[in-house]
Amino acid sequence: MMEGIRRYFWRALFVVIMAAGAWATYLRFWGGLGAATNLSDQFPWGIWIGFDVLCGVGLAAGGFTLAATVHIFNIKSFRPVVRPAILTAFLGYLLVVVALLFDLGHPYRIWHPIIMWNPRSVMFEVGWCVTLYTTVLFLEFLPVVLERLKWHTALKVMKAATLPIIIAGVILSTLHQSSLGSLFLIMPNRLHPLWWTPLLPVLFFISAVATGLAMTIFESWHSSKAFGRQLEYGLVCRMTRVLAVITAIYLTLRFLDLSHRGALSTLNQPGFERWMFGLEIVLMAVPMLMFFREKTRQHPLAVYLGVVMWLLGFVTNRMNVSVTGLERSSGVHYFPKWSEIAVTLAIIAAGFAIFRLAAHYLPVFEEEHEEEATTPAGSGRIPTLEAARVPGD
Amino acid sequence: MARALLFDSTLCIGCRECERACSEGKHLPYDEKIAQEEQTSARKLTAIRTHGERFSRKLCMHCLDPACASVCPVAALEKTAAGPVIYHPERCMGCRYCMVSCVFGVPTYEWNSRLPYVRKCDGCADRVAGNEPTRCAEACPTGATLFGDRDELIAEAKKRLAEKPDEYYPRIYGIEEAGGTSVLVLSAVPFDQIGYPVNIEKVALPQYTWAALKHVPDVVVMGTVLLGGIHWLTHRKEEVARKEGRS
Ligand code: SF4
Ligand code: SF4
Ligand code: SF4
Repeated sequence: MMEGIRRYFWRALFVVIMAAGAWATYLRFWGGLGAATNLSDQFPWGIWIGFDVLCGVGLAAGGFTLAATVHIFNIKSFRPVVRPAILTAFLGYLLVVVALLFDLGHPYRIWHPIIMWNPRSVMFEVGWCVTLYTTVLFLEFLPVVLERLKWHTALKVMKAATLPIIIAGVILSTLHQSSLGSLFLIMPNRLHPLWWTPLLPVLFFISAVATGLAMTIFESWHSSKAFGRQLEYGLVCRMTRVLAVITAIYLTLRFLDLSHRGALSTLNQPGFERWMFGLEIVLMAVPMLMFFREKTRQHPLAVYLGVVMWLLGFVTNRMNVSVTGLERSSGVHYFPKWSEIAVTLAIIAAGFAIFRLAAHYLPVFEEEHEEEATTPAGSGRIPTLEAARVPGD
Repeated sequence: MARALLFDSTLCIGCRECERACSEGKHLPYDEKIAQEEQTSARKLTAIRTHGERFSRKLCMHCLDPACASVCPVAALEKTAAGPVIYHPERCMGCRYCMVSCVFGVPTYEWNSRLPYVRKCDGCADRVAGNEPTRCAEACPTGATLFGDRDELIAEAKKRLAEKPDEYYPRIYGIEEAGGTSVLVLSAVPFDQIGYPVNIEKVALPQYTWAALKHVPDVVVMGTVLLGGIHWLTHRKEEVARKEGRS
């Protein structure tokens, strides 16, 4: 009974969001950006760039983090989460492209950077990386589809090309995850000193790696709810510990940089920047402290809450860099119009829906059978997802 | 020979002839109502702004190394040798990065158009190429906006500062702002009092991004070597173990 009501609630919500998104889409493409957004000459970038692109690309970082962990560093225990992470990444990037189509004044020219070059432009580099990386993700995900179709020859060919594809993917990700931070280097005196730093690319990269892990934990939680599958719990514990360590590195670097540039003194100045900064730091520091404690790591609900908090912290950071930190110098206050929010929500909802469909019809949460055959018996067999269900789930 | 404009705000009487000439030259509508707008926009490429008794002029500064041109992913903005920074609308994707990056807040957008373009003063590139003055300079009745060679205009500005030290604030705006611009400004009062941003880096802004961007090839080369190496190391143990297991 409860289950049925819950399901109807989510379906109804989905339909409402999609309808609002469709209306907003009509407004956007019929009336132009002016009709559908609160953007202006003073504030030309809003949440379609700040959230859909900056956060979207970051939240899709699980693909390269885990591909590297498993295929390059050969840490086998993470293998069960590689596929869902790659699927999320692939979908994430496709949706980022969709979001860009909304934001660009001339969406049908999205391919222009391919032939019209300006190698001095960070955006040019990001454009190229994202294009290539989306292709790489497609190739990384292809084996899953081939497996479903039982095209074994094609599968073999793909397997042979795995290593170069993975390496290319990791490098492309490193480049554009950091370049999203470099986008803001050009505004040293307009982006608030709490966020402008020459280290922006480095900070963006580190937080993207952490977000990749956090997203993977988040996903495995939800897929366990939806499909009755659960990750081996020891694996989740290990991932939260790594997340805590990376967050510690990130926050240390962040504060060293702030104090080095003398930006901490701006915390004495009144204004909403310091509150948004505080929010961002708290949302990252609290889960870090939680995950450093053995006790918390053993507690599934605490892990889930911690991870959600971390993800919110990440989103707050990207929004601060792209919106909060730029408001003061722009002289205007920007808050998204309903239609901007509707498009963003619709894109997220579509992402969830497609992920569910793909996970339902494709062997995303299953081990590669061929791989197992080549693994010598007894040498660290990978715990299957089914076998590792937490009791009482 | 890089061309430039010198705007001497002490000579500006706020007649807005420059605005009118500019709009006429660019086939933009111009009437009383538009004249009242003190902001540049898609339909007004230059604006006279009132600050009590004084006037300032807003237009593209035609930076020597413009941020807008450096950030544009498709090179739709270009700094020409003659001075003006021009726009190639047929390349533009409408990403608005140029607007975000310009420290003077110059490029504007056709927000209500279905296929919007960036709009900004193009320094009358069509005329400047033939060494004709810009429309605004030609129309100015008091000589507040002067057109000429950048070095000569700097010399002229220095001369004015030296000759009438009481009438001028002792600096020339545009010599070092954002690494130097092709629009120079003189004022009787500190520049922020007549609406020019003063908290601006003295170096060309593109070098901030270049500091990060120049490492891209390193990341590619070192990344490949590093990742390949790690892969070899981490998988070698397995190989060895497998061989030993067999023999
Ligand atoms: S003032 Fe702005 S728009 Fe004009 S050249 Fe400089 S950066 Fe470009
Ligand atoms: S809006 Fe057009 S001109 Fe401006 S940076 Fe984007 S592509 Fe270039
Ligand atoms: S230089 Fe030409 S385009 Fe620019 S403000 Fe003057 S008249 Fe207008």
